[in-house]
Amino acid sequence: MHTVVCIKQVPDSAQIRVHPVTNTIMRQGVPTIINPYDLFALEAALELRDKFGGETTVLTMGPPSAEDSLRKALTFGADRAILLTDRCFAGADTLATTYALATAIRKIGKEYGPPDLIFTGKQTIDGDTAQVGPGIAKRLNAMQLTYVSKIQTVDLAARTIEAERRSEGGVQVLRTRLPCLITMLEATNQIRRGAMRDALRAARSPIEKWNAHNAGVEDISKCGLKGSPTVVKRVFAPSARAQKAVLVEAAEQPERALIDEIFRHQPKLEAELAASARDS
Amino acid sequence: MTNVTKVPATPAQGRASAKKELPEHFKAYRHVWVFVEQERGKVHPVSWELLGEGRKLADKLKVDLAAVVVGTEGEATFGAAVESFCYGADLVYVVADPVLADYRNESYTKALTDLVNTYKPEILLLGATTLGRDLAGSAATTLLTGLTADCTELDVDADGSLAATRPTFGGSLLCTIFTLNYRPQMATVRPRVMAMPKRVSRDPGRIIVHPLGLVEDDIVTKVLSFVPDRESAKSNLAYADFVVAGGLGLGSPENFQLVCHLAAALGADYGCSRPLVQKGWVSSDRQIGQTGRTIRPKLYIAAGISGAIQHRVGVEGADLIVAINTDKNAPIFDFAQIGIVADAIGLLPTLTAAFRRRRGTRAFPSARLAEGGARP
Ligand SMILES: Cc1cc2nc3c(=O)[nH]c(=O)nc-3n(C[C@H](O)[C@H](O)[C@H](O)COP(=O)(O)OP(=O)(O)OC[C@H]3O[C@@H](n4cnc5c(N)ncnc54)[C@H](O)[C@@H]3O)c2cc1C
Ligand SMILES: Nc1ncnc2c1ncn2[C@@H]1O[C@H](COP(=O)(O)O)[C@@H](O)[C@H]1O
Repeated sequence: MHTVVCIKQVPDSAQIRVHPVTNTIMRQGVPTIINPYDLFALEAALELRDKFGGETTVLTMGPPSAEDSLRKALTFGADRAILLTDRCFAGADTLATTYALATAIRKIGKEYGPPDLIFTGKQTIDGDTAQVGPGIAKRLNAMQLTYVSKIQTVDLAARTIEAERRSEGGVQVLRTRLPCLITMLEATNQIRRGAMRDALRAARSPIEKWNAHNAGVEDISKCGLKGSPTVVKRVFAPSARAQKAVLVEAAEQPERALIDEIFRHQPKLEAELAASARDS
Repeated sequence: MTNVTKVPATPAQGRASAKKELPEHFKAYRHVWVFVEQERGKVHPVSWELLGEGRKLADKLKVDLAAVVVGTEGEATFGAAVESFCYGADLVYVVADPVLADYRNESYTKALTDLVNTYKPEILLLGATTLGRDLAGSAATTLLTGLTADCTELDVDADGSLAATRPTFGGSLLCTIFTLNYRPQMATVRPRVMAMPKRVSRDPGRIIVHPLGLVEDDIVTKVLSFVPDRESAKSNLAYADFVVAGGLGLGSPENFQLVCHLAAALGADYGCSRPLVQKGWVSSDRQIGQTGRTIRPKLYIAAGISGAIQHRVGVEGADLIVAINTDKNAPIFDFAQIGIVADAIGLLPTLTAAFRRRRGTRAFPSARLAEGGARP
């Protein structure tokens, strides 16, 4: 079985700070990590490989420094890592990203055998759109299963997969055809620690770097900023509320003072809360 | 500060000045569409919220607002179509076919993109639900147009382009995104981000029925079964009128119970900040904020929550925010209306008792009757 896992290197946004006065992002020194959601995809792919044999290829599109994330994926046990990197990919929105990634996945198929399954995370913590997975599937003309919580069976001979998918009001159990793109739901597995020999291999093995040409991109105008229909026109900080909270101060029975203030502020609430408390 | 990279006033490569040069063949694209999402006969309320928002955009552009209803043949689908008029739609497009009974990406993408290619809307809005995100991503790629996810604000600029604002950089900043030269301009919005419009009883208007053009054999993906969530396991947090939530300041899962007790006394729902989910103290459907639920209650009480921006964006729609925090400089006091600098672990039980007492003695007459008198 050949699985391809798309991972993205993202800034650890828990550590991003916005300068309170200049309203600028303090990005420098913020460590980068593999998008946490992608680790569930990677683990799911590795589990299938362990069960069925074959290989897991990890793929990322990003700056040369994204190599770190690929190396990390190799330490977890991925067999091969490919870095898609080219200036012309810069500034890509989701549509341009899916064009580049789908093109590279086709090329991976040619070089190393067509993938049976392609995995992405549910979403990224920086882009946070959850669109790249479905977009890749569409471009590859592959089936797609999003928000998968469990892969029940894969039948390589019959070319089918059965999986559980989270929907708004329950869980759908679906059967579809390979090749299929899966976006893996979070907290469905736990990324392995990786064996010592994988760590050694990861440190030694070269990371394949493809530019647009090597990846088989035929139309540069579909890449990066040029290929992006969306345009970010303005970046700004959320406005502060003009007024700060009224602070309730009471040395004795602060709870009563607080309740009085709540009902003074919103007199209707008293009756509404009464009704709500009665019903519950 | 040395480690500050200036966010360019004109973002990367001068796109602030990007010009609208709409190709000729897109000029026929007109009107605002809202995808009305229904699953197993139930319309997701986010669809009505979007019709409310779509109405404003359509009025500004002086165009029609259309609802798109896709589903199986029968009452539920046409019921949703008729109901769409009550939430502001001028007309409704319906694709009804038995193969659309369950949501599947292939069939729904075909239904939606065929409609778009035939009737050419300039704006298409979907809810950022699991269904909406699955569908929006593949529809936008099929149509080769721009899609802005999880918007918190929608507007049209002087040019008549959709200005879609969403959080960026993990929520620390907002950005406004345009799809200048492609149509339709697509956006998704999370449930509860937009206000629910008032339902106005109206006779149904024009309903346009469009064929699907697929039979079951054409659809590769098969639904083997559907296991609905247990009713009791569902949290209705997003749509609750009263919410009490706790954060890391509570210190332990045991103390989090104090939040649940207050919620029970008020007939409120309970929620939490993200770290509590990450620690496994509270289940993830209780998380409030950018990567959890967006809430719009009449009253929100936050205990031991600092008020990080990612939390704030999920609660700003509340009518009244009350914060309990030991740190008078906590950011939550910047957007709460009422605050108290106090130890939540001490205050929550007395607050719960005081609310109960108040119910017993002053207001709540019928509650008193029902319960046979005042409580201690
Ligand atoms: C991409 C991204 C997405 C995120 N999404 C979300 C999200 O959806 N929702 C969310 O909530 N967070 C989210 N976060 C996390 C967010 O940035 C904050 O880290 C988080 O909200 C902080 O939780 P907290 O307020 O409970 O904890 P803290 O920030 O640790 O605050 C605890 C507060 O409790 C107060 N306190 C301490 N002891 C007491 C006491 N005895 N009584 C009263 N007060 C006390 C402290 O003064 C402090 O203000 C996200 C972060 C990122 C990077
Ligand atoms: N630049 C990238 N390189 C590789 N994979 C990506 C990239 N961007 C997004 N993805 C994948 O697509 C998923 C969804 O991303 P997003 O649409 O940005 O939320 C992620 O979890 C990744 O698996």
